[in-house]
Amino acid sequence: MRFRALLPAMILGSCCAAWAQSPTYGVGRKPTPEEIRAWDITISPDGENLPAGSGTAREGAPLFAQKCAMCHGATGSGGLAPMLIKPETPVKSSMPCLAPCIGPGNVMALHSPYATTIWDFINRAMPYQQEGSLKPDEVYAITAFILYKNGVIQEGDVLNQVTLPQVKMPNRDGYAIPDWKPGMPRPFQTNR
Amino acid sequence: MNSTKPTSSKQPTDSTKASRRKFLKTGAAAAALGAVQTAAGQTPVAGTKSLKDLIAYGERSPYVTSIRVPVEERPSPDEFGLTFHVLTPLQDSVGIITPSSLHFIGTHRGSIVPDIDPKQHRLMIHGMVDRPLEFTMEDLKRFPSVSRIHFVECLGNRSKPGDKTVQETHGLTSCSEWTGVPLSLLLKECGVQKGASWIVSEGSEEVKGAGSIRLAKAMDDCIVAYGQNGEPLRPQQGFPLRLLVPGFEGMYNTKWLRRIKVVDRYYMTYNDYGHISKDKDVAALTFQWGPKSVIIFPSGGQKLPGPGIYQLTGLAWSGGGAVRRVEVSTDDGQTWKDAEIRGMAHPKAHTRFGMDWKWDGRECVLQSRCTDELGQVQPSRAELAKFFKVSPDYYKTHGTQGSDNTIQPWRVASDGSVSNAI
Repeated sequence: MRFRALLPAMILGSCCAAWAQSPTYGVGRKPTPEEIRAWDITISPDGENLPAGSGTAREGAPLFAQKCAMCHGATGSGGLAPMLIKPETPVKSSMPCLAPCIGPGNVMALHSPYATTIWDFINRAMPYQQEGSLKPDEVYAITAFILYKNGVIQEGDVLNQVTLPQVKMPNRDGYAIPDWKPGMPRPFQTNR
Repeated sequence: MNSTKPTSSKQPTDSTKASRRKFLKTGAAAAALGAVQTAAGQTPVAGTKSLKDLIAYGERSPYVTSIRVPVEERPSPDEFGLTFHVLTPLQDSVGIITPSSLHFIGTHRGSIVPDIDPKQHRLMIHGMVDRPLEFTMEDLKRFPSVSRIHFVECLGNRSKPGDKTVQETHGLTSCSEWTGVPLSLLLKECGVQKGASWIVSEGSEEVKGAGSIRLAKAMDDCIVAYGQNGEPLRPQQGFPLRLLVPGFEGMYNTKWLRRIKVVDRYYMTYNDYGHISKDKDVAALTFQWGPKSVIIFPSGGQKLPGPGIYQLTGLAWSGGGAVRRVEVSTDDGQTWKDAEIRGMAHPKAHTRFGMDWKWDGRECVLQSRCTDELGQVQPSRAELAKFFKVSPDYYKTHGTQGSDNTIQPWRVASDGSVSNAI
């Protein structure tokens, strides 16, 4: 099925060679494996590409206070930046709706189907103005702290390459992936 | 996302006034005096730039004051200096191309627009490919280019009852001619491996914003774009390089593109997770935009001076392909009449429509309805409510399910004032 979807592109493409054969233009430089590793910060939901390291919520607590609380609030809510920890008593957020719109019901730790998404985002995009500066141990620890404070894992649980993808996220099955093929209408459109 | 609420109409009006005042103070006096040479031998025009500068790089007339405005709930710049979502002034648009400096802005998380030296910029394609490759901007220009006219629209573009103008209801869509290399060509150059099914694209801004699309879409019509409307991309639009995913939600059109990883599953990036839905019927209304249209004259906040003949005009577009037909109703959807397509109907592009319209001075509700080349017809909110088995009033307090392509009604009151009737 996947192959059939690609077939038209293969036939129409200017490349006369078969699918995965020799390059047509020979333009571009082959990056070294080290260069790819240095740039590749994409983490798979199954944990592929997670670096070695580990952390617990206990280790994450002081890191959160030091690196996250100034924007996200000491309790993980009520700050200028999006809510990270569901508050025990509902608070009205002064924070505008972001993409996604964050409220107590869909903080990342509760809404994200995979713990790897949280790890990936903290690693690439936090803290503000020091993006990409956290060491793997720190990212594991802060991820653990946020998951613990939202009741997803225990305080002493160790997160690492193996255990992070195994975290049972509350919204694990909370998404459907739409099919897509060229020329495919959306399922709901009134066809007249 | 659903409640991303654009700014009230007060702001553009005030800003327009302010800029007009500024012009009156600084520019008009100089203009009225004609080509008065200053001591430096330069002629001041419209206040800020010398004639020499204006000859080198032109500016719009000081009488043209149309501006973008940030969405109200998350100002740009925000407390952190980040640019988030900024609305294009559709009400002032002519034709189908959005001027690059008025193109709407959306960023991942909110972002500081990066300052990138194109000589230093690289695009890496890796993952499930036979030959990972890294391209400089010069490398990319050694591949054959395409130039295509496409809209880009943010998922947050949804009309809400409090929105007053078309800038507020629909200002997160824009249309440009994009120039670049077909992504399929670059992927073939790298040799996509069997079993690959998705790509993850990533920007080089400080948050490294990323999004996932199916490989089938990547191989279909995506463009690795370096040009917009006859010049290099503007920094706010991804200079020097962005991904163009025609017809898909704006989020996938990764700006400041630096890396594409070919993978074998849906990678749930931060941005992807923000757009997911558990309900498969809702999820199916994401990724690709449905047929959509909006009347921009007359539209909310405008006022007709009196009964008589007008050019009713608007824009229609669809992520499914070219616009085939636009119908207009002037009686709140009871009867429909075909509008003219004025200009070209490019696939997945804003398409201008219009018709002669004689207003009799009575209150009425204006609507437009788009049909695309796949035969998809733009639904009303009532039709959407029926499909999702909710009350039609549901949308007074909730966002529409999926990406919102529902019909926009404008009420023309007997005094000629136009308001949002959603």
